[in-house]
Amino acid sequence: MTKEEILQKLAELIEDCFDEEVTITRETVADDVDGWDSLGQIRLLAAAEKEFNIHFAISDVRHLDNVGDLVDVIDRMLNL
Amino acid sequence: MSFLQYPLDYSYLMAKRKKIRKQVMSNIQSPIKKRIAILGGSTTSEIAAMLDLFLLDNNIEVEIYESEYNQYWEDAVFGNMDLESFQPDFIYIHTTFRNIEVFPNIADSPEQVNQLLNSEFNRLSQMWTALSEKYSCPIIQNNFDRPSYRLMGNRDIWDDCGKSSFINKLNQKIYEYAAAHERFYVNDIDYLSAQIGLNKWHSSFYWNMYKYAMSMEAIPYVAKSVSDIVKSLLGKNKKAVALDLDNTLWGGVIGDDGIEGISIGQELPEGQAYYEFQKYCKELKNIGVILTINSKNDEDNALAGLNHPDGVLKPDDFVLIKANWNPKSQNLLETATELNLGIDSFVFVDDNPAEREIVNQHLPAVAVPAIGSVDNYIQVLDNTGFFETTILSSEDINKTQTYRENKKRNEFQNSFLNYEDYLDSLKMRAVIKPFDSLHLQRIAQLTNKSNQFNLTTKRCTEKDIEEMSQSNQFITLYLSLSDKFGDNGIVSLAAGEISGHELNIELWLMSCRVLKRNVEAALMNELVRIAKKKSIRTIVGHYYPTPKNGMVKDFYKEMGFMRIKADENGNTDWVLQVEDYSDKKTSIMINN
Repeated sequence: MTKEEILQKLAELIEDCFDEEVTITRETVADDVDGWDSLGQIRLLAAAEKEFNIHFAISDVRHLDNVGDLVDVIDRMLNL
Repeated sequence: MSFLQYPLDYSYLMAKRKKIRKQVMSNIQSPIKKRIAILGGSTTSEIAAMLDLFLLDNNIEVEIYESEYNQYWEDAVFGNMDLESFQPDFIYIHTTFRNIEVFPNIADSPEQVNQLLNSEFNRLSQMWTALSEKYSCPIIQNNFDRPSYRLMGNRDIWDDCGKSSFINKLNQKIYEYAAAHERFYVNDIDYLSAQIGLNKWHSSFYWNMYKYAMSMEAIPYVAKSVSDIVKSLLGKNKKAVALDLDNTLWGGVIGDDGIEGISIGQELPEGQAYYEFQKYCKELKNIGVILTINSKNDEDNALAGLNHPDGVLKPDDFVLIKANWNPKSQNLLETATELNLGIDSFVFVDDNPAEREIVNQHLPAVAVPAIGSVDNYIQVLDNTGFFETTILSSEDINKTQTYRENKKRNEFQNSFLNYEDYLDSLKMRAVIKPFDSLHLQRIAQLTNKSNQFNLTTKRCTEKDIEEMSQSNQFITLYLSLSDKFGDNGIVSLAAGEISGHELNIELWLMSCRVLKRNVEAALMNELVRIAKKKSIRTIVGHYYPTPKNGMVKDFYKEMGFMRIKADENGNTDWVLQVEDYSDKKTSIMINN
């Protein structure tokens, strides 16, 4: 899976989780999406775990500043 | 909503929650509105979100209060202004093994361990006492799950100092409390964690990051379990199962294979599976579920199959057997009418997806679980939570017998040309008494389950009934009916508030099992007699129409009341001058 495809999939998950139609790019941050608070983020991470068949470790998610960071983490985990 | 039934797809539920909720809300009709307070010992947000969804699926719309993080104990014991003004209808205490304050040390003596056990339990019961004193609503308490590790391996469960042993003992104390207290219910997360598997249940990631005490995957199961308890208490359990025969209660098709060809019994694996399922159905009957048959077969063949010596279920276990070549949806409608049960109280169990689809299409109110293969019938049915047993009364346990007696009554009636002679020959006896603590549960249960012969559809909690029964300002009456065929138990209720010389009837309902026997006449005669003794001069009654209670629109008129008011919604008020009342004819003898 390419990073572009990961971003695409994440965009779909974000749209579902927050029920918002927003254009998602690597630069998108939580503040850009209505309702994306810390509790919503947990849901997104859980959905991503299931979607990509991965398990996040604490170190993976500590310093996520934008969607691009999350794409990179997932990409790294998929290529292990 | 199929995604709200097992197996629960947590990521789908979580991701699509908002969409699902919108969809459910757009279809919902007159939901019951309740308030649930969640007192959590860990993060509860996702649990609240899921609980909301599962309850909506049961036509219950809730407002949810969540305590501040891990403030469950303080909220309960010290009180909380927000919680108090919230006035919960249910309180759910979401604790897990992580909330156990002190575990035994390895070197502790049995006495020390016991002391710790008692102090830990007292911390809990202190909470429950404080809550029941302030709120009197049902309390739903998690038991304790097992940790994700066993320090001493297998010894951990039997050594007094083991954590597993400690949790086990603590759980036993919770169960003893539950058995001894009404309005206290256990949410069995120990079972849920076993069902999903401890490896999936525990997630150190979600605990350490977000203080969720179980994984995201597990949360929908917890929420569904709590929702099952709540909807059961609100009278939303299903009441009857309509079972197919071929490949549902036995392997094979009896019309083709004959009695020797069907698989049922403990000799062979396939027969064993059907045997187990028949046994499970029989056990459902024992907790008050009505069993009926809905099969495409000649009746002779159906009965032959049910009389198979190696089967568990016999024709007598079923209140009604419909074995014919009519559409199964038609059979279901007729069954519902004949048994005087709402069509929405039925579960249709059939191995054939085509038959299931037909019923789904024609009767969307009927629950139609996708039962899969016979290896899974029991699990699928069990996981639906349709029969979550919160209250188990003797009426429940004897339900099938009661329905069968009713059938005999109907047949007996058909042998009479004159209906009045029939009623006389039933030799009916009624006990009519004020509400008392002995029958609290059953009375409250009746107010929540009766829909048709119900004048005001006033739903009461046990606390409401208790308050009415203890108040001098209320006249309360229950009517318990028996006849030559058996005892029906409590079948009718009336309650009214006194104001000066007027009695205002807030509650009048009757079980449909005793329609057309002049039970209402007997109850009204008694109510008026008591009213006279209390110097009441006028009695006021109300009729509030619902989609189900059309049959009692003119009830008060038939009782000799005069209509004094009607509004555009069909609500009517009626009045009776007590001195003008003459006893209504009834063949029921009062046997107080």
